[in-house]
Amino acid sequence: MKKTVFLGALTVAGLAAGAASAQTLNDVQDRGTLNCGVTTGLVGFAAPDANGEWDGFDVAVCRAVAAAVLQDPTAVEFVPTTGKTRFTALSSGEIDMLARNTTWTFTRDNDLNFEFVGINYYDGQGFMVPKALGVSSATELAGATVCIQTGTTTELNLADYFRRNNMEYTPVPIETNAEAQQQYLAGACDVYTTDASGLAATRAAFENPGDHVVLPEIISKEPLGPLVRHGDNEWGDIVRWTLNALIAAEEYGITSTNLDEMAQNGGPEVKRILGTEGNLGEMIGLDAEWARRAIGAGGNYGELFARHIGESTPIGLSRGLNAQWTDGGLLYAPPFR
Amino acid sequence: MSTLSDPPRESFKPSMLLNDTRYRGYTFQFIAIVLVAALFAYLGLNLQRNLAAAGLTISFDFLGEPANYDINQTLIEYNNQMDHWRASLVGVLNTLLVSFLACITATIIGVVAGVLRLSNNWLVRKLMSAYVEAFRNVPVLIWIIIIFTIMTAVLPAPRAFRGEDATASMIFGSVAFTNRGVYIPKPIFGPGGWTVMLVFLAGVIGAFAYRRYATKLLYATGKLLPMGWPALLIAFVPAILAYYLLGQPISLEYPELGGFNFTGGINILGSLIALWFALAIYTGAFIAENVRAGILSVSKGQTEAAASLGLRPRRIMNLVVLPQALRVIVPPLISHYLNITKNSSLAIAVGYMDLTGTLGGITLNQTGRAIECILLLMAFYLAISLSISAIMNVYNNAVSLKER
Repeated sequence: MKKTVFLGALTVAGLAAGAASAQTLNDVQDRGTLNCGVTTGLVGFAAPDANGEWDGFDVAVCRAVAAAVLQDPTAVEFVPTTGKTRFTALSSGEIDMLARNTTWTFTRDNDLNFEFVGINYYDGQGFMVPKALGVSSATELAGATVCIQTGTTTELNLADYFRRNNMEYTPVPIETNAEAQQQYLAGACDVYTTDASGLAATRAAFENPGDHVVLPEIISKEPLGPLVRHGDNEWGDIVRWTLNALIAAEEYGITSTNLDEMAQNGGPEVKRILGTEGNLGEMIGLDAEWARRAIGAGGNYGELFARHIGESTPIGLSRGLNAQWTDGGLLYAPPFR
Repeated sequence: MSTLSDPPRESFKPSMLLNDTRYRGYTFQFIAIVLVAALFAYLGLNLQRNLAAAGLTISFDFLGEPANYDINQTLIEYNNQMDHWRASLVGVLNTLLVSFLACITATIIGVVAGVLRLSNNWLVRKLMSAYVEAFRNVPVLIWIIIIFTIMTAVLPAPRAFRGEDATASMIFGSVAFTNRGVYIPKPIFGPGGWTVMLVFLAGVIGAFAYRRYATKLLYATGKLLPMGWPALLIAFVPAILAYYLLGQPISLEYPELGGFNFTGGINILGSLIALWFALAIYTGAFIAENVRAGILSVSKGQTEAAASLGLRPRRIMNLVVLPQALRVIVPPLISHYLNITKNSSLAIAVGYMDLTGTLGGITLNQTGRAIECILLLMAFYLAISLSISAIMNVYNNAVSLKER
């Protein structure tokens, strides 16, 4: 009897999922909230703050989309997902978009039927070793024991890197960053490897950060970005251009504080973004002021970066690759016209 | 004159399926089966269709693709160019290894603790009940993490073995306890090495045969042959002789400090040790209670009768009480073995690459095929558990009460 009830429930869930796959925009507007998948907690990117409010760099993308679509940046239902549940949650329709430090890869885009709408953080995998080991390059790591956080693309990059350089190593898979930190400090592994942003954050939390060095080699490309289900292109466009609006806003100097002024006195492209000229909002099924609200939710890309993960925060990341193209970085929003 | 004839054989008529009590039961059972099967088929089909509509087509093709990740403990040959299926098999073997080790250790701990809980010595009795209550009332995950953390924090890192003023040294120059695990010498088999092993194996079998013979002789004639030292002699002397006659074909490779780590020898991973001991002491506490229940189930009259025959307490336990207690102990023991196997899936907490770590962890993450991986995971654990039950049930039938 129980089994039947269970299967029935499964079927109902399946039916609901089937219905949810089309017309995400209508669903979100009918529901009045945006279901956004985030991490279970990674300070700086997505974590609940002291008041239980979700906050972070990835969270800000969700809030911007909610502001654009629902006129309310707080109308977001945050769904914490693990590395294992994130893709199933998205494809089953449990969440409308996923903003969870997810690396854009070919198979995820095509085999799993998702649509990566852009890149909000350019990362790459690096190595950290204790200074006492006297290692200055990753090519000297033959025979080392390496702590890795499991369930990320880091395992694959690591295997590839050591194979390419004909080196042996012993992997020590570890579930969370906190545990990895403890193992590394106890000397249970010689090297800790994860995304360079993560290494910086981890090293900053050490008692003596100076005793550890991050090696110069970056062994992989980790473009992290939000993604949606494949097949609902209207919804994909909304999320993509919301992200682009945040990036373009920084380029044109639109901030959360000067929105009204820029809407009146800005250049033609600024006016088009902010909806005082043209009808871009209409083209993606929203009203004219969608981007204005998205930027007003937390600020432009640069403001978000500085507030959540920038150099003045405990995470302390520099812009690096994530600077605007005009400053030698890779951020380059397509034109709004 | 009367003629005997068979009662008229009624021919079977379809209406009998409903009207005849002999067939009616079958009819309804058949209808029920068809209905249940149809229901499940409908649900399954529905599920599949909806999964497909949601873009979640079930496909196991990913198992044939290269896994691209490394595993730190491989009992069969494996490298990151082999496919996900192979990686899963490595995981299965790691699961089996830790379960096997933990089952044996838990049984030994459990039997000893269970017997000692009934000891006449107050201190021993109380110590054992403290052990049982402390260990079975704390979740096994916590024990795994505690043991692992203690190992990492207390044992020295390999670099402590280095240099002039090394703070740690190897035991007997051959075994190193580090926070990455224990490094032990590895036997290297030269030509003739396997012959020595075979001789040793034959010796062990011979020793058991001798004990059997001695027991038989004891029951038949009452003559008691010494059992201990002749059995040891039979087991070891031929093997030692063969070892020297064949020119010492087995040598040991000692672990040595290499670049970052010890190289050579066998590395027993810290995560394996932590998982193994945590599972063993946790489940051992439960088994101890079973053993105690089994012993208490043997009526006191048996012990008293044996004592009045002049048997010593140890003999009473071994020859009279335990054999009768086994039929009470074994059935719950089977489920404890199953629990050990299933609890071994907590391995990921300490980074031991068991089935859940490979197939249900990295493979699932890399391929994103969550439903397929979980289904396979369930199938694997089901198969392992059913095999353990099958084997243990054979043993249970052997020790259960024989009714003649």
